[in-house]
Amino acid sequence: MAAINRDDVAHLARLAHIEMSAEELDRMAGELAVIVDAVKSVSEAAGDGVPATSHPIPLSNVFREDEVGHTFTAEQALSGAPDSDADRFKVPAILDED
Amino acid sequence: MTETNSTELIRLSAAQLAAKLAAREVTAVEVTQAHLDRIAAVDGGERGVNAFLHVNTEEALAVAAEVDAIRAAGGQAAQELHELAGVPIAVKDLIVTIGQPTTAGSKILEGWYSPYDATVVKKLRAAKMPILGKTNLDEFAMGSSTEHSAFGPTRNPWDLDRIPGGSGGGSAAAVAAFEAPLALGTDTGGSIRQPGAVTGTVGVKPTYGGVSRYGAIAMASSLDQIGPVSRTVLDSALLQQVIGGHDPHDSTSLPDPLGDLVAAARLGNVDGMKIGIIKELHGEGYQAGVENRFNESLELLKEAGAEIVEVSCPNFQYALGAYYLIMPSEASSNLAKFDGVRYGLRVLPEEPPLTIERVMGATRAAGFGDEVKRRIILGTYALSAGYYDAYYGSAQKVRTLIQRDFEAAFAKADVLISPTAPTTAFKLGEKLDDPLAMYLNDVATIPANMAGVPGLSLPGGLADEDGLPVGIQLLAPAREDARLYRVGAVLESLLEAKWGGPLLDKAPSLVELVETQEAK
Repeated sequence: MAAINRDDVAHLARLAHIEMSAEELDRMAGELAVIVDAVKSVSEAAGDGVPATSHPIPLSNVFREDEVGHTFTAEQALSGAPDSDADRFKVPAILDED
Repeated sequence: MTETNSTELIRLSAAQLAAKLAAREVTAVEVTQAHLDRIAAVDGGERGVNAFLHVNTEEALAVAAEVDAIRAAGGQAAQELHELAGVPIAVKDLIVTIGQPTTAGSKILEGWYSPYDATVVKKLRAAKMPILGKTNLDEFAMGSSTEHSAFGPTRNPWDLDRIPGGSGGGSAAAVAAFEAPLALGTDTGGSIRQPGAVTGTVGVKPTYGGVSRYGAIAMASSLDQIGPVSRTVLDSALLQQVIGGHDPHDSTSLPDPLGDLVAAARLGNVDGMKIGIIKELHGEGYQAGVENRFNESLELLKEAGAEIVEVSCPNFQYALGAYYLIMPSEASSNLAKFDGVRYGLRVLPEEPPLTIERVMGATRAAGFGDEVKRRIILGTYALSAGYYDAYYGSAQKVRTLIQRDFEAAFAKADVLISPTAPTTAFKLGEKLDDPLAMYLNDVATIPANMAGVPGLSLPGGLADEDGLPVGIQLLAPAREDARLYRVGAVLESLLEAKWGGPLLDKAPSLVELVETQEAK
């Protein structure tokens, strides 16, 4: 398996929407390479025949009655928002219009 | 009330406080005020324990006064009071509360107030337990030392230059420092049990789904579990009985109750029980003093009539690696919601364009600490195209192998036993620059989260070489939490008979420690 390098970290940071300085990318790449190296044995531990477990105690078909329960008022829902306007979350521009 | 009374009150267990309250020997206001006074004396300042991020003085005293008024009025309302009514509790700041800030130990949520209560908090309110405040933690519960908190580390009450464990170091330290008789924690890879081990307290990770996760800010949803933190095994049983049970708000919540845990803690015998030593979870890599105390506990259980057997769980060697793929994968997804739009911090980039994408990038860069960023990047990597099968997929298969190891082990033993952590509390700063060394603290606690089985850590004594607490971990099959309380209570009473009292009686005077620190 390939080791993780600085370019990978820069790409992943973009995907994860975390701005990183050049210094941060260097440091993070070094630290993550050590961690990835330590966990890579996992890929050889289980053979093809072993099923995957996503939840430790699987429960299937968990339903509830389709009834309207507690809902937040707009004021409650917006109470922690950094910016809002007319009972809505106010979001920065989606597109760069310049 | 005299000062002496106040000092004695804070050293009582929750069960003892509940009995005194019911007998009206003491009021809930006195009990709550005694703990608030203790917090004021030892928690604050540059050199205090720093277990609390927020102290909820007014509301806690109001709830206590309400309990006292109900008791004083008598009648049916008094009779219907919960057993723990008036017994105060601290809540890990990963769990949302109306009326108090919830930070998750992160700058990205600084000053944020939840518009709803976690289910466990609702249950505490229904039981009329005064909430003393919110406790410190590694940011988003990511860490084993509480040093990754954006609000400064919590210090270990046994030695203020050492870590209290993590991520729930605040809850464990608060209980060890007699700032609270009870606390809530969350355990994703050991965050209740490992802090319990290094602070000489009790911590329980219930069976996955045994306690609702609704309102616990998610790190890794398939691993996270809320559970009790206390100074005695019985107290944890009492608290799990309060917070446990089915919750329609959590689709992973178990539909059936887990039985009478308090009765199990009071049963007090292990005669004929089979207790399995996990070959892979002691010996090499474990501090000598930890190993010695572990062996001593085995001897005591044997003398009490338990049969000690050895079991092997060969796939546990892959548990840590698989955990550090699954946990960051789920965390990277769960933490995507911190985008500077709906709650918390919003940081604008210094230069235009001010698009949402750039605002998110700047917000998350400023709001998240290093460990959170590492885990988000690692998780994004493990889930990315081309690596998914090799990393996340393989880790999920390892999870199956770990479950099979547990099944085989529980075919031979009723309960499994190991040290909780490989070492006693290390010094603040010692492992901060070595993430991998930090991760190794959780080597013995992670398998339980991977398989969803319950685990309990209780004090096993002090290591000879450094005089610091050692934790003993008990593990039971899923839904058999009662066995942990049964065996845990027996071991606790045998050990306390040997020590001549609770382990925390041997801890140095915290007031003096704090004064010495301040003089430094």
